[in-house]
Amino acid sequence: MIITDQAYLRADGRKGIRNHIVVAYLVECAHHVAREIVYPYRERGVHLIGFGGCYPNDYAARMMRTLCTHPNIGGVILLSLGCESFNRNSLREAIAASGRPVETLVIQQNGGTRKTIEQGRKLMDDMLAKVAQVPRAPLHINEFIVGTVCGGSDATSGITANPGIGRAFDRLVEQKAGCIFEETGELIGCEDIMTARAATPALAGILRDSVTKAAKYYAVLGHGSFAPGNAEGGLSTIEEKSMGAYAKSGASRISGLLKPGDIPPRGGLYLLDVVPDGEVRFGFPNINDNAEIAELIACGSHVILFSTGRGSVVGSAISPVIKVCANPETYRRMSEDMDVDAGKILEGRASLDEVGREILELSLAVARGAPTKSEELGHQEFVLTYKSFEPIGPSCLPSV
Amino acid sequence: MHDPKLLLLDPADNVLVAIQTLEAGDTLTVAGERVNVPTRLTLGHKLAARAIRAGERILKYRVPIGSATRDIAAGEHVHLHNMKSDYIQTFTLESGQTFSTKHDHH
Repeated sequence: MIITDQAYLRADGRKGIRNHIVVAYLVECAHHVAREIVYPYRERGVHLIGFGGCYPNDYAARMMRTLCTHPNIGGVILLSLGCESFNRNSLREAIAASGRPVETLVIQQNGGTRKTIEQGRKLMDDMLAKVAQVPRAPLHINEFIVGTVCGGSDATSGITANPGIGRAFDRLVEQKAGCIFEETGELIGCEDIMTARAATPALAGILRDSVTKAAKYYAVLGHGSFAPGNAEGGLSTIEEKSMGAYAKSGASRISGLLKPGDIPPRGGLYLLDVVPDGEVRFGFPNINDNAEIAELIACGSHVILFSTGRGSVVGSAISPVIKVCANPETYRRMSEDMDVDAGKILEGRASLDEVGREILELSLAVARGAPTKSEELGHQEFVLTYKSFEPIGPSCLPSV
Repeated sequence: MHDPKLLLLDPADNVLVAIQTLEAGDTLTVAGERVNVPTRLTLGHKLAARAIRAGERILKYRVPIGSATRDIAAGEHVHLHNMKSDYIQTFTLESGQTFSTKHDHH
């Protein structure tokens, strides 16, 4: 099935559903200048991303590379202070190699704040004109990648929005789209039922190990992936939250395990392992929901399905976020922020299958250009912190 | 045999889920018996579908989601005051920063 014939065809052959430009700061010291360059263009598809740290980190470098060459991105302006550790030249080379226009501004070489902002805005006018010329092409559903995350969960999440997303995922996987679920720390307690769905026995072992790693990691930190609002919303334990979160994965066979920045090699359902490898080093695996969204986008997600019960309002830089509201009372309070009212299942106004179909249809409409609520409201949250990962092995992506 | 405001997600479960907010003073049917709701409970909270003994696993979606820390009567609210995780202790604003209590699950 062809979703749209108006996808944006990049020089590297990948196809996007948005035609954004990112301004990326490479250390917090360049953040203000980057933000000032973006500000007048913030409603014209120019997004701000960046990495705040001054110390080098392979994970952050890989994340920035995969995000700057994401199919929804047409061009990039890099903002460097000049003395930070981030390797701006190798990032620039990777972006240029993908055929995208890229410019680098180094504040220390450029005469400071005011001159760099002026020059950045000048470059932006040229880049907008260049990016508008990108050719269009059909996007087949087997080239479409969707990620899912939950945030601000309550006890309705696991009954309405999450299984609704699971149904949408099942339909997408049937049609060979790539579907990614994540947060192994929120699969604690689901090991047995999840590993039974693995494509191969070796992958089953890898999936189980990823959850064991997460349980150990969170135990060392002394704090599960569980916020006080989860308990107020009726969730008592991490296992209970996990079962709800797990429902987002639907019922399809699990085709592989990814780590942040790995792109699904073909259609199917994939688990994204977000918990760092090795000893606990840099703190919580993901400091908030947007850190998880950034990782799903780094794995190529064109669209994010975000389930919420308590009522999250976030969107994201780069890829549109569709908010599926689990709780009918939250929906009535915050409908301007919500794309789908999945809580109507609890009030007998729709079945789970109907909500699943609604989520699927909306995902396709967003791929054809329809704006999400968070896009309309200007949400472009982004956060990237220090982590460390070992590369995945061949058994993580079996070719069966 | 259960009140329509309460959802039994799986026949094997020993908890029911409130699918609308329950007000203090409401009377509900649980396992054929009338029970009173002592305090307001927003939708999503759990009630015991039957009597649960201390140490018994709490089952929801047919999967253990923790263990009872004391005996729980049919119709009683099931939450942090009478159940706990078998993995990582739950943090709440009231409890403050908790230390971890680790239990081997397997």
